[in-house]
Amino acid sequence: MKITMELKDFIENFADQFEDTDPAEITASTVFHELDEYSSLIALSIIAMVDEEYDVQLKGDDMRAAVTVEDLFNTVKSKLE
Amino acid sequence: MTNYNPYSLRCKTILVTGASSGIGRATAIECSLLGASIIITARNEQRLQETLRALDVSEGQQHSCIIADIATEEGLACLVESLPSLDGVFSNAGIQKGQSPVKFLKNNVIDDIININVKSHVRLARELYKKKKLNKESSYVFTASVGGVSTHFLANSIYDITKAGINAFAKSCAVDFSSRKIRVNAVCPGMIRTAMTEPTGTISEADYQKDIEDHYLLGRYGQPEEVARTVAFLLSDAASFITGASIMVDGGCSLVH
Ligand SMILES: NC(=O)c1ccc[n+]([C@@H]2O[C@H](COP(=O)([O-])OP(=O)(O)OC[C@H]3O[C@@H](n4cnc5c(N)ncnc54)[C@H](OP(=O)(O)O)[C@@H]3O)[C@@H](O)[C@H]2O)c1
Repeated sequence: MKITMELKDFIENFADQFEDTDPAEITASTVFHELDEYSSLIALSIIAMVDEEYDVQLKGDDMRAAVTVEDLFNTVKSKLE
Repeated sequence: MTNYNPYSLRCKTILVTGASSGIGRATAIECSLLGASIIITARNEQRLQETLRALDVSEGQQHSCIIADIATEEGLACLVESLPSLDGVFSNAGIQKGQSPVKFLKNNVIDDIININVKSHVRLARELYKKKKLNKESSYVFTASVGGVSTHFLANSIYDITKAGINAFAKSCAVDFSSRKIRVNAVCPGMIRTAMTEPTGTISEADYQKDIEDHYLLGRYGQPEEVARTVAFLLSDAASFITGASIMVDGGCSLVH
């Protein structure tokens, strides 16, 4: 099965891992490490969400290297291809 | 100097599971150095042979190796079938994988971890006892962990429940096996440098350094040999009044959480 990936859906899935942050605050250019609520639990949730939705296994280093949400989207996308 | 040595394992036959790597391999080697004859088991033939070659034979100890996947009923049955009667068991095989927050737990990961980390140990103990492969006054040691027993890390729920389960099962066996005066204990290692804890997946070496600074009174993670020596002690006659215990081998980390 080929998994296709849209930035819009990725941002939605990404924002879904936060409990208190307003989803409207999360856009492609959000520097997610700077969000107040960002924590190791959220990082692990994002890694697990990416595994479940896109069948891509991210590493801690991938999370650290990405600055914006779009960077992370691109990392996942590059691993899909 | 006398020959006094209550820690000796001479003339004992000891089974070590998960002996192809890490804590199991180090324990097999340690017990052989203390004079025991060892039966080592795991799935990977090559790594098991490496362990076999590393065992001490200077006192005429006789070692053997049995390849078996003990997560399967057939593998476990084959193993039990080929075993002689035993003076000691180190029930240690285990895996750690698929760390994830509870809301993303996958069914196959839940099943895989519980199968090897809990069910295989329960079945092995049942079969060894039922088939009278455990000598009277023998010693049985399980590998639990600080995880699930005294510490709880993020996204580690299934591993933790398996180790809490094994820790409880060790105590249940101590009670049930007492009529044959078999002692049963658990060791609870903190972070030990083995294949299981290579910093690859989601955790980096920097995360480890921070964990050491924050939680390890002794300022470092442990080595497999340090768990091995504790297990060898529990398997020896020096531990003759210890049963139903859970021994932390954790550099003090369970105090600091
Ligand atoms: N390292 C730590 O920090 C730490 C801390 C607390 C507790 N522990 C526990 O200590 C035990 C040993 O871990 P380790 O660190 O030494 O890990 P390791 O180096 O990965 O060794 C695990 C061993 O288990 C065996 N094994 C796994 N699945 C098996 C199966 N289905 N059938 C038979 N053997 C199997 C492996 O052999 P094959 O792959 O050859 O089958 C290997 O020999 C585990 O129970 C672990 O949970 C480790």
